[in-house]
Amino acid sequence: MSTQVRPHGLAAAEPGWAREYEAILEAYRQAGGDPAFLKMSRVATLVVSANRVLAANEVPGVHFKAEELPHGVRACIVVEPEVRLEKPAHLCFGMLPAEGSQEIVADYEIGPGAQAEFIAHCTFPNAVRLRHVMDARIHVGAGATMTYSESHFHGPHGGIEVVPKAKVTVDDGGRFITGFSLVHGRVGRLDFDYDVAVGAGGVAELTTKAYGLGDDHVRVNETLYLNGQGARGLTRTRIAVRDQAVSEVLTTAEGNAPFARGHMDCTEVVRGQATARNMPLVVVRDDRAHVTHEAAIGTVNHKELETLMARGLDEDAAVDVIIRGMLQ
Amino acid sequence: MIDYLLKVENLNLKRDGRDILCRVNLAVRPGEVHGLLGLNGSGKSSLAYTLMGCAGYTPDQGRIWFAGQDITRLPITERARLGLTLAWQEPARFEGLPVGAYLALGAKDPDRTQLAEALEAVALAPSAYLKRPVNHALSGGERKRIELAAVFAMCPKLAILDEPDSGVDTLSLGDIAALIRRMADQGTAVLLITHRDEMVTVADSASLMCQGSIVFQGDPAEVRQYYGRRCRLHGETMGAQPWGTAPSPKSKV
Repeated sequence: MSTQVRPHGLAAAEPGWAREYEAILEAYRQAGGDPAFLKMSRVATLVVSANRVLAANEVPGVHFKAEELPHGVRACIVVEPEVRLEKPAHLCFGMLPAEGSQEIVADYEIGPGAQAEFIAHCTFPNAVRLRHVMDARIHVGAGATMTYSESHFHGPHGGIEVVPKAKVTVDDGGRFITGFSLVHGRVGRLDFDYDVAVGAGGVAELTTKAYGLGDDHVRVNETLYLNGQGARGLTRTRIAVRDQAVSEVLTTAEGNAPFARGHMDCTEVVRGQATARNMPLVVVRDDRAHVTHEAAIGTVNHKELETLMARGLDEDAAVDVIIRGMLQ
Repeated sequence: MIDYLLKVENLNLKRDGRDILCRVNLAVRPGEVHGLLGLNGSGKSSLAYTLMGCAGYTPDQGRIWFAGQDITRLPITERARLGLTLAWQEPARFEGLPVGAYLALGAKDPDRTQLAEALEAVALAPSAYLKRPVNHALSGGERKRIELAAVFAMCPKLAILDEPDSGVDTLSLGDIAALIRRMADQGTAVLLITHRDEMVTVADSASLMCQGSIVFQGDPAEVRQYYGRRCRLHGETMGAQPWGTAPSPKSKV
């Protein structure tokens, strides 16, 4: 049964809380989220609008601490050791005004042996001149698994700057699986920067997807440090740019220990006057480590295009279907 | 006077300085299944791409008429919107696009029931396939069936099926033949391209292609017999093209 989530004490005391809460839930829905999850008492949730924590709901084994800052929120999210989250935790970060800035300083601590999935939606439906920074420190304990997927919705204006940064440490036998998606609305400027260090037998998988239009600028910088014996890492980057948009993908994988295995896989689709660059960097410091990369940059596959056109789609519609499929 | 759905007149195609199609004449009536038989490399697929208007397959000479309209210079999309489509011999893969969405793109009626029916028509269980992406995780045979299902769901006036029987197991040939007859029963004419002479038995009329030319046209049984005789001769002469210089086309059509 769904029940109303306990509102955060500070924000609930202020006038206009309910109106802002409902507005941010609507924006969350536009971003592809289901607001019903944010109202379920059995689901861990955190809802932040600008620098206000509108709602926070803890479940056994999961704790949120949130502190409001002048231009954002400092949040500490703790999953106790050996806790297995029955349902994914839902996080909603957004801003409704057209201008401003939001900085989320987040600290994730996933205890040893825990299993937790986080689904985050970041929504800025009216952004015209807005900056959103996510500065995260993530620690995945030994044998723990953290899955984190983040989807953005930006509206049509493109005047937004998004800076997701994370320093991730995965202890021995831990798993960190993350997906970042910015394929709805305009990207604006994206500066994505993740560093992941993986211990012995640990796993890191990073999937990043973005669709740049107009004069959007997409920059993705991902680094894997495969430091422990048998550590494994994968980066999977899918970027599409059209019009005058620019994308730069810089991926680095370091094989620093025996039997470390790393792979970087990048596909970029370019249409119109857009530009795409890909710079993979492979570093191996142990002769038993193995790191590979593959990159493909070009237009959409001609056969796929003609197949869809033979079903009656015009060229633009066919290209869009192919790109959105790739970014699915 | 016969009212042809597709009429190809003296079609010539050169690619990289080579003659690919030479004075091709072909006609398909509404609702008819026409078999186009020929060995590998005889120009069957090139003819299919030319009829569909694929890039690099603009004829140097000749005309293609479809439903009474000259489509020789029309782009693919417009040909498709007139009711012409093609099932590729090697169907494309679409990363992230679910089978259901793929079928719905060209379907006459994108209702879920109709899409499920299209999958059932190619002997695939809708519950197992509708949500799967049309990507490398599907086998070649599965992609082939999904391609046929997409064409079936589209209900075109004419479906060009480029070797729907290649890369599928022998047991499935009966399913494909039944699907072709079902399409014809629903009013879709089929240009069935194949190099298996037994597949031509599903057709109402047939043509034989060699070295870019139609060399024989007529009843499927006659075409099959002619093909078999020439193939045997080809085997005995070890490596010579079975027809040598293409003879003048015979026709009963």
